[in-house]
Amino acid sequence: MSEENNLPKPERIPFFQRMLDNPFLLLFIGVAMPTVFYTLWGVMEVATLPIAK
Amino acid sequence: MARFRVCPDSGFYFDRSAESLMKVNAVAGVVFLLIAGLLALGVILTRWQEVHLLPADLFYQVLTAHGINALIFWVIFFEMAVLYFASSTLLRSRLAAPGWAWAGFALMIIGAVMNNVAVLQGNSSVMMTSYVPMQAAPHFYLGLILFAVGALIGCFVFLGTLVLAKDDKTYDGSIPLVTFGALTACIIAIFTIASGAIILFPTFLWSIGYINHIDAEMYRIIWWALGHSSQQINVAAHVSIWYLITGILFGARPMSEKVSRFAFLLYIFFLQLASAHHILVDPGVSSEWKIFNTSYAMYLAVLASMIHGLTVPGAMEVAQRSKGYTKGLFEWLRKAPWGNPVFSGFFFALIIFGFIGGITGVVMGTEQINLIIHNTIYVPAHFHATVAVGTTLTFMALTYLLIPVLFRRALFLPWMAKLQPYVFSLGMTIMILFLLGAGTLGVSRRHWDMDFTGAALSFEYPGTAYMMMAVGGIGGVLGVLGGAMFLIVTVGSLLFGKKLEPSAGLFQGFCGIPLADSVYNVEQPPRLERAEPIEHDHSGGFEAPGTFVLALALLVCFVVYYAINWDYLSSVWPIG
Repeated sequence: MSEENNLPKPERIPFFQRMLDNPFLLLFIGVAMPTVFYTLWGVMEVATLPIAK
Repeated sequence: MARFRVCPDSGFYFDRSAESLMKVNAVAGVVFLLIAGLLALGVILTRWQEVHLLPADLFYQVLTAHGINALIFWVIFFEMAVLYFASSTLLRSRLAAPGWAWAGFALMIIGAVMNNVAVLQGNSSVMMTSYVPMQAAPHFYLGLILFAVGALIGCFVFLGTLVLAKDDKTYDGSIPLVTFGALTACIIAIFTIASGAIILFPTFLWSIGYINHIDAEMYRIIWWALGHSSQQINVAAHVSIWYLITGILFGARPMSEKVSRFAFLLYIFFLQLASAHHILVDPGVSSEWKIFNTSYAMYLAVLASMIHGLTVPGAMEVAQRSKGYTKGLFEWLRKAPWGNPVFSGFFFALIIFGFIGGITGVVMGTEQINLIIHNTIYVPAHFHATVAVGTTLTFMALTYLLIPVLFRRALFLPWMAKLQPYVFSLGMTIMILFLLGAGTLGVSRRHWDMDFTGAALSFEYPGTAYMMMAVGGIGGVLGVLGGAMFLIVTVGSLLFGKKLEPSAGLFQGFCGIPLADSVYNVEQPPRLERAEPIEHDHSGGFEAPGTFVLALALLVCFVVYYAINWDYLSSVWPIG
């Protein structure tokens, strides 16, 4: 019991670093951001333009 | 069977499959750079009005091929080599799915050749942007689609190698900063390629008659998610290489790895939104969309570039000062290895990218002052500062590093290699600065004849514009000469360079065939240990005062140039 208490606690990895260490989360962010703010928003604006008569 | 070799000069471990793939991708990239460079001469000598070399139809054909070969094929082939290096070599890991990586490479080659054939046949002179309703031959689009699918496979092989390295515990802690930068490039590449597929596939169907209409505005928005983001892959890749080169040449460590990683994260979040600056004068989208994507999001990406611009030379300065180069503000820089093309290439790329490419990029991304220079020759001048110098010169510098390490050949004509970054940078800087001037005077981009001979609506540019195009042309020719020197050194090294490993023959260099079996004598490299934390000196004062002064100089240049452009806007577009 006392030996267990003497073991160094595993280093706690901060949330931000865990996020940066996850390539697939970064991939999701890196694709979702421009898809929403650039592509979808832009396409919706063009799609809702009134058609000239 | 052992699958790794260790480079006796650099200590890098190369996985046999990854090594072959790095070589063939780098060689393919250089071949397309050669094509792009030859074509560049045709473009330059036609836009130089006194020479006006090519007839109109040939000019647009040459310009189309130059743009695609330089901005798509050369850089993305080379970036595939960088991705395999940053994952397999830097993480000391075997490559995930090498068979898929070869399939991706084959698709990229088929696509690039198919696209070039389409342009060469003469009925696809639609420029790199291939704006609808201009229509190219179906295999023009199909070539680009195949190339994109191949590159996408390469990106997933990179991600798979990251997973493999983590599972095999080949490294301790987080992935190294350079690999993190390459991951950023990979993420941007995936968005870019997906956007390309979304727009080019229906355009291909339109070219073969299955779809009867593609909306021009819709095309422009989605296409630029491919066209501009593809250049953002370059930014993330070449910044990663800057960190690599300073680490190798100077033993430099990032001033703050957290800050550098955060800057790459800003790229992941915001860099791709800068594509919107191409749409700034389009009537179909709102000011809210334009201003959010450029004047808000893009500035956060610019902030990231400014962080890298401070930390890369800053890290180098700290490393040099620790070696005793402490006299004055710039002894660390004066005593840098200016005769080493790896250093000079990297440093010129950094300075020209930051001072010219960065500042003009912000001007182009500001909705109001963009009006002065939109679609003028200013735009190619800007992206020649970012891509032709920032990225290409960085890749050239890395090539000088990799020829002995990866290809196991000594540099051919080292005196020429030493001079090459100077000639290339000088020529390109002259060209860029004078084209920026001509663009500010309104000279159009992608325009065969600035005399408007025989045009129904003529226009007369001032004499200064002609002079600037001519001097820009001289600079461009010098830049092409610098590019040719690079090709002579690299191709010559693979053909005639002294063998640093007896089995490094022609096929090993050009075709990616592995070296002799006996060279691969490492079963699994030792685990990559986490670097010791840096001990910061808290005695007061700047750690990198010279870099701080350079950063202030950049800031002053930016503020002055930005203010001049606003003032100029008020004179070209008077109100009241």
